[in-house]
Amino acid sequence: MTRVLVLGATSAIAQQLARAYAERGAALFLVARNEQRLSAVADDLRVRGAQVQTAVADLDDPAAHEELLAGAAPLEIVFLAYGVLGDARETERSAEAAEAVLRSNLLRPISLLTRAATLLEAQRSGCIVALASVAGDRGRASNTVYGASKAGLAAFLSGLRNRLARSGVRVITVKPGLVDTPMTGHLSKNRLYTSPERVARDVIRAVDGRSDVVYTPWWWRWVMLVLRLIPEPVFKRLSL
Amino acid sequence: MPLESWGRYPKARQAAVTVHWRSDPLPRVHGTLLPFGQGRSYGDCCLNDGGTLLETSRLDRFIEFDPGPGILRCEAGARVGDILAFTVPRGFFLPVVPGTQIVSVGGAIANDIHGKNHFRAGTFGRHVRRLELLRSTGERVACSPEENLDLFAATVAGLGLTGLITWAELQLRPVQGPFVESETVPFHGLSEFFALDADSSQRFEYTVAWIDPRPRGLRGLYFRGDHSTRAGKTKPPRPAAAFPLDLPAFAVSGPTVAAFDALYYARGRLRAGRRLLRHAPFFFPLDGLGRWNRVYGKRGLLQFQCVVPDQDAVQALLDRTASSGLRSSLAVLKTFGDVPSPGMLSFPREGATLSLDFPNLGPQVFALLDALEAIVHDAGGAVYPAKDARMSAATFAAAYPRLAEFERYVDPGFSSSLWRRVRGA
Repeated sequence: MTRVLVLGATSAIAQQLARAYAERGAALFLVARNEQRLSAVADDLRVRGAQVQTAVADLDDPAAHEELLAGAAPLEIVFLAYGVLGDARETERSAEAAEAVLRSNLLRPISLLTRAATLLEAQRSGCIVALASVAGDRGRASNTVYGASKAGLAAFLSGLRNRLARSGVRVITVKPGLVDTPMTGHLSKNRLYTSPERVARDVIRAVDGRSDVVYTPWWWRWVMLVLRLIPEPVFKRLSL
Repeated sequence: MPLESWGRYPKARQAAVTVHWRSDPLPRVHGTLLPFGQGRSYGDCCLNDGGTLLETSRLDRFIEFDPGPGILRCEAGARVGDILAFTVPRGFFLPVVPGTQIVSVGGAIANDIHGKNHFRAGTFGRHVRRLELLRSTGERVACSPEENLDLFAATVAGLGLTGLITWAELQLRPVQGPFVESETVPFHGLSEFFALDADSSQRFEYTVAWIDPRPRGLRGLYFRGDHSTRAGKTKPPRPAAAFPLDLPAFAVSGPTVAAFDALYYARGRLRAGRRLLRHAPFFFPLDGLGRWNRVYGKRGLLQFQCVVPDQDAVQALLDRTASSGLRSSLAVLKTFGDVPSPGMLSFPREGATLSLDFPNLGPQVFALLDALEAIVHDAGGAVYPAKDARMSAATFAAAYPRLAEFERYVDPGFSSSLWRRVRGA
């Protein structure tokens, strides 16, 4: 039976991913901060055929990390969907707000995944999957800090993948584009937006297959490649 | 993208807020709220011009399933198709399903939808064991035929006006597999339809007819079927390819409709007789083409669905349509039985129900719809709010005698475009 630890289980993408695993009869260990929401997600997954355990925890608090991962062991698939978008304007003005984004999107994921990596390395199997973002591929004025946090996470995941390759542990970096979720609820949607169902489908395909870095939808890989190729003297003048 | 109804008429401007969690309070807004599920009602009962829509598609979680008696509790945004995908492999089916599986449970309750088995199973609302209503006061009220019965009766067929349904508990019915034993019978003339129907409703659970009301004499295909006892694997549902563009207004007009009808009839004749079908093509043939309303272009379509007591009234409706020179692009005829619904504003009642689709050509279609409405009114029938964009306050009041009683349960924080129209306000 597949075992999946979901960090940030009430996120829209995590819910869809967990559903797909529930239909395969997986054992799910769900972690989220809001107890009512977590139990709504857990009930849904149980009805759909999963074995479910839950833990209510604020992942921003690193004191809980050690115990949480020990409780979820043995690990097999670790899915990290925990993160914040932050208010881009506010992070421009307030260093505290910028730090809070870096804490939730970079420092705490590193704390969690470092511990998970140690456990998986010892058992010489398993898979870490984490949500980075296309926003990390190149810094832009519209989400400087968020982009930096996701760029940092992507670099961390790349290093972790390199380190764990020898132990047979996989690390998958997922880079979604714009996704229609509560995180982007306040933004108006256009054709570039995709559904959390689609992202979850692409993530599962990556886990079942052999990808290391997944863009979802796939065409973001080429969009971001083009964006990265624009010379800085030109790029800095664009409004993106 | 702005939210619109399936008929894409009338156009409305409103805000939309997605409800992500059933435990969340209602958003604080200026003006009124209206729940919006999958936007499959045709006219304006799912629109709230100048107000706010509560978009419920994310309230799609299952809560509890009891495979013994076949009871499912789920959030109100769960779709009929999602439920069937879950229940059919477990040996259960919804006792009443509409013509599309892309409708939410909340929408099915609020419009008290019917299926091809009304004469046996009644409406959807009859199979709702319990539901929770979130009122604009913040109060959560559990309603059922035993508990807060009045509010339950107002909420079933309540057009979303009594508050937000957060979850519902549904009684399912057992089935042995994913198949339907179906039979197609071509017929000519209304009398033949009614004779076929009288006989078929004795012997089959599901019945419906597609009709081609051409000037040379009505013809049609009568579909009837039962759940098959044959077991089989359920195919995972795949979303149909969506129709990719808005066609120009003239795409659906007399000659193209006549050609379509002739082809569809010919195909039906070729396939006449018994066939084993999966449940989706039998119950939800139109779901085979996603977003098919785009065929009618940006101006959209108007569907007219009514129930009238007898064959004479159906004939009068068809004659009036023929004399207008307009041709219905899709016409469906079936009969309702006398099974009562708990809903105060429930549409189905004993008689024949005819539905006609027209591309939105403006005044000439409106004039015809007014004339059809008058025929229904005079015959003592009713027009279906879920399909309506036009009916007058007087027609509505005459067809729904429990209206005054219903009004007492309307949540003052909720309203809809349809509601403001049919109350003459």
